Amino acid sequence: MNGSATCPAQDPWLAHSVRIQQVIQETPGVATYNLAFDDPVVGERFRYRPGQFCMIYLPGLGEIAVSISGNPARTDVVPHTIRVAGRVTQALADLEEGAGIGLRGPFGSVWPTDRCAGRDVILAAGGIGLAPLRPVIYDILADRDRYGAVTLLYGCRLPSGLLYTSEYQKWRAGGIAVKTTVDRAEDDWGGNVGVVTVLLDRLSLARPSETVLMTCGPEVMMWYTIQAALDRGLNADSVFLSMERNMNCAIGLCGHCQFGSDFVCKDGPVLPYERVASILRVDDL
Amino acid sequence: MNEPIDSETVFLARHQLDTLITALRGRGYEVVGPTIDQGAIVYSEITSAADLPVGWTDDQQPGRYRLKKRDDDACFGYVVGPHSWKKFLFPPLATVAAAERTQNGWVMQTPGSVEDTPRYAFLGVRGCELAAIQIQDRVFMGGAYTDPTYARRREAAFIVAVNCTQAAPTCFCTSMNTGPDCRSGFDLALTETSTGFVIEAGSEAGRTLLLELPVSAVTADQLQVAAAARQQAVDQIERHLDTDGLRDLLVNNLNHPQWEDVAERCLSCTNCTMVCPTCFCSTVAEVSDLTGDHVRRERRWDSCFNIDFSYMNGGIVRNSIRSRYRQWLTHKLGTWQDQFGTSGCVGCGRCITWCPTEIDLTAEVAAIRATAGRAVVSASATEVTP
Repeated sequence: MNGSATCPAQDPWLAHSVRIQQVIQETPGVATYNLAFDDPVVGERFRYRPGQFCMIYLPGLGEIAVSISGNPARTDVVPHTIRVAGRVTQALADLEEGAGIGLRGPFGSVWPTDRCAGRDVILAAGGIGLAPLRPVIYDILADRDRYGAVTLLYGCRLPSGLLYTSEYQKWRAGGIAVKTTVDRAEDDWGGNVGVVTVLLDRLSLARPSETVLMTCGPEVMMWYTIQAALDRGLNADSVFLSMERNMNCAIGLCGHCQFGSDFVCKDGPVLPYERVASILRVDDL
Repeated sequence: MNEPIDSETVFLARHQLDTLITALRGRGYEVVGPTIDQGAIVYSEITSAADLPVGWTDDQQPGRYRLKKRDDDACFGYVVGPHSWKKFLFPPLATVAAAERTQNGWVMQTPGSVEDTPRYAFLGVRGCELAAIQIQDRVFMGGAYTDPTYARRREAAFIVAVNCTQAAPTCFCTSMNTGPDCRSGFDLALTETSTGFVIEAGSEAGRTLLLELPVSAVTADQLQVAAAARQQAVDQIERHLDTDGLRDLLVNNLNHPQWEDVAERCLSCTNCTMVCPTCFCSTVAEVSDLTGDHVRRERRWDSCFNIDFSYMNGGIVRNSIRSRYRQWLTHKLGTWQDQFGTSGCVGCGRCITWCPTEIDLTAEVAAIRATAGRAVVSASATEVTP
């Protein structure tokens, strides 16, 4: 079994051994797991772009597909923000820092940050949908002058569900307008109440035809956000969304994640809106 | 041995068929061919021509399959059974990865290797089945990721095709342009006649093997008899699928009422996907010993007709039979073309024969085609009419 260090893993089923270096409790039931590769050579080679995901593997329990939520420029740790939702995520939450698990990846398509130079950018996230967009935020902050106005619109069910709140100040200082809203206020909430589209409706858009929208969240939230953006004058070809389906193999071979003609695992998860516009609202597809 | 025969096509006498099986076994191949088991012609290991379904044929109708005695001793006088060769190239159970717990954590492995890959010689591959193998080649080896299990088995395989000399009422390969003639993708292709086999080589490996067999130069008469036998299969095909604009027809009719109609009959039993020679869906199960320290990741055939197939944390996407049948058919005949540049259907008719409620995809497509777009028109008409 040695030789893995010198020979790239051609077998797409081979998981890398990783360690949970740190667990950051984000919100109730949601934590960010900073994973580090056991084999430094593998870690050295690991590169990802915003929007991509990994398969996190707990031997004996199974694999789950999780978007990478970290800074693509930093490869010493690979953060994944995960909500406890089932057997594997619960077992993961029960593990201690230092525990060893498996990881395959990175997989899938990327957010179109390279098409955003000189343009305004709207990031619209719902709930845990902010996690796959956080790498975009880091990418933008690292080269902020490359972009026009950048706005994050973020909606959550409850204020206590808002992710990464401790970073908003840094993001704002870096030149990103951060606007949040919640479906239902809790005790000390003095901010917006309502869905994300309300934030979008209130946003002044200097040059809608030069604005790119990237959105990730529940499908219905993404749909209404996209329609609101198109109503405001964004071009359909400047709209991108991250789809979720049952990603079982991550390499386009198992058939589970099909959405129309696309395998969400390899053609997505980030898809141009125009590619899926005709099927997004078809029931049970 | 024999005089070298200066031709791609030769003749092997009926009583000499064993020499082909013996030669393949001598080269280390496990010969897999048709044999009778539990009232059906299935594919499993054979060691001699006596294992073949000599003198048997199959009687197929929608929802019906029966073996019947022939009045001759044909070895390949049947059409296709419930098995396809995919069970050997894409096995129903395969270990794709493993994990061993050590003191330093988990050691991840992918246990398969070329050395422990079975080397199959398939005997009796039909034209539609050659097409099915070529389609699965695209699925498992033609994209960004190659499946190692499939690729290793595929590269090791030797293919002896057999031209159909009869067709079942469920066959529609002529609509899908996949048969009944064997056109490419074989090492050898046989046409059975009453006296023996006209054999055509399709590869260097096939040509080399022929040198070892007691074959003779083929006569014009033998060629003519073989051609007539093949034409008989063409003439017998009565089922038809209109493939004109088929992808767009299905993709543009996702809300057609026919999906509800077929859902009333479909049991979502997965039979069609299990017998389909191109369906490739799978899932992976964790198999561990009692200590939990030794884990295998076992890939198993799955089906888009299983309810939990589309399970996500948000719920099950395709919770109705209507949506699952629609997924299967639109994928098989439609979006498959976008994904792999070919239809996912070869016209073998297995899904028709093995459907317990006699659902016939050619009839479902015809029903959609007959009223395509009308549903949309009438729905909007209802809206505007007071």
